Amino acid sequence: MGKTIHYASITKKIVMSLAGLFLTSFLVVHLTINLFVLFDPSREMFNQAAHFMATNPFIQTFQWVLFIGFILHMIFGVVLQIQNWMARPVRYEKKGSSELSYFSKFMIHTGVVVFIFLIIHFANFFVKAKLGEVESITYASGTYEDLGNLIILLFKDGAYVAFYVVAILLLGFHLDHGFQSAFQSLGLNHSRYTPFIKLIGTLFSVLITLGFVAIPLVIYFS
Amino acid sequence: MDLTLKIWRQASATAKGKFVNYKVQDISAEASFLEMLDLLNESLVQKGEEPVAFDHDCREGICGACSLYINGRPHGPDRGITTCQMHMRNFKHGETIVIEPWRAKPFPVIKDLMVDRSAFDEIMQAGGYVSVRTGGVPDANAIPISKRNADLAMDAAACIGCGACVAACKNASAMLFVSAKVSQFALLPQGKLEANERVRKMVARMDELGFGNCTNTYACEAECPKEISAANIARMNREFLVAKITAPKE
Repeated sequence: MGKTIHYASITKKIVMSLAGLFLTSFLVVHLTINLFVLFDPSREMFNQAAHFMATNPFIQTFQWVLFIGFILHMIFGVVLQIQNWMARPVRYEKKGSSELSYFSKFMIHTGVVVFIFLIIHFANFFVKAKLGEVESITYASGTYEDLGNLIILLFKDGAYVAFYVVAILLLGFHLDHGFQSAFQSLGLNHSRYTPFIKLIGTLFSVLITLGFVAIPLVIYFS
Repeated sequence: MDLTLKIWRQASATAKGKFVNYKVQDISAEASFLEMLDLLNESLVQKGEEPVAFDHDCREGICGACSLYINGRPHGPDRGITTCQMHMRNFKHGETIVIEPWRAKPFPVIKDLMVDRSAFDEIMQAGGYVSVRTGGVPDANAIPISKRNADLAMDAAACIGCGACVAACKNASAMLFVSAKVSQFALLPQGKLEANERVRKMVARMDELGFGNCTNTYACEAECPKEISAANIARMNREFLVAKITAPKE
């Protein structure tokens, strides 16, 4: 972490934005596969997709790149935040009321909740699958680990569903600011395209949030 | 109108400060904010008390001397103006106005509401200049510059270095100031020659001085009395990226 501090502020921001944008690609893939659970009650499509993700050599290599992306985004995010706090040792008496991009105020907070969520999520699915604790299910196409059933069992737990929904909502807020912010940090600001990028960012955040929130809610209430 | 002023009082840079409440009466809505403070100070002097120290100079909104964090906003409630140009019609009878100095590690309080903004000068010394002789005023159009770039450079050069961007930023970041200075040179042929070196040096100095990092909240843009656009920050990020990538091996 010591060396991270010595990178120029803008270098850190560029790493943050590149890692962040890269992580959004993961969300798209993850959501697409998750939605299979809703559209195929036999869970065959989902289990097949999960099997593919867990065994394909390209995906397996890419998984490490993704992991590095997460680590960089988190380390740089925390370092930047600590420096930002240190830059104002004496706080204002009156809370700032300047007009600003609203969710930008809570990036560290939403980020930390998403991180906690990630750890729990990892323990629930990734670790269990890697330790081979998941039961198998046989279809005409072959035998797979029944990860789909794991999802359904978890989403029948009201407390877990509530936590999941809250975490995803906060992720949505994080994305809404983060998406357009990444372009600004990379120097991509243009009077013609920036409003469009902001719109795309908001639409993307809303779609990702709705998609991920829909799955536990549908399973819980059905 | 009658008002209560809650003002930060601090005898010196090293003294411990505190808020002190003052009552002012019969303030005209036409008075500027600084005129209102002048009236307070006159009454304090008459009572034999120490007047409130605050920065001011031209009182025309062009020098960048005045500051003050008023009710949670640098330069007070109006948009696109400095404190000296902000008038008391923005306040209501009986209101309490909280007046604080700029708060940032690189802007230490000197006394009361005055802060030391020489950190900005240090950033300028790091690269905010053109080191070639550009001669006298050239003939019009002798150096071809597009109208668009001339306008953008002029808009960036409108920065008066007051520090409202730092004061408004939740991270006390100086990116709007530095980017305006980087932009005004980078957009013109005379400044382009040293653009790469300039952006690296100015950003390095800004970081060393302990300003925060930009998180693209755009509070700076909303509070800048000269309405400097945050697009300048993106331009600086771009300039910085190019400068870093193309820098020769040392």
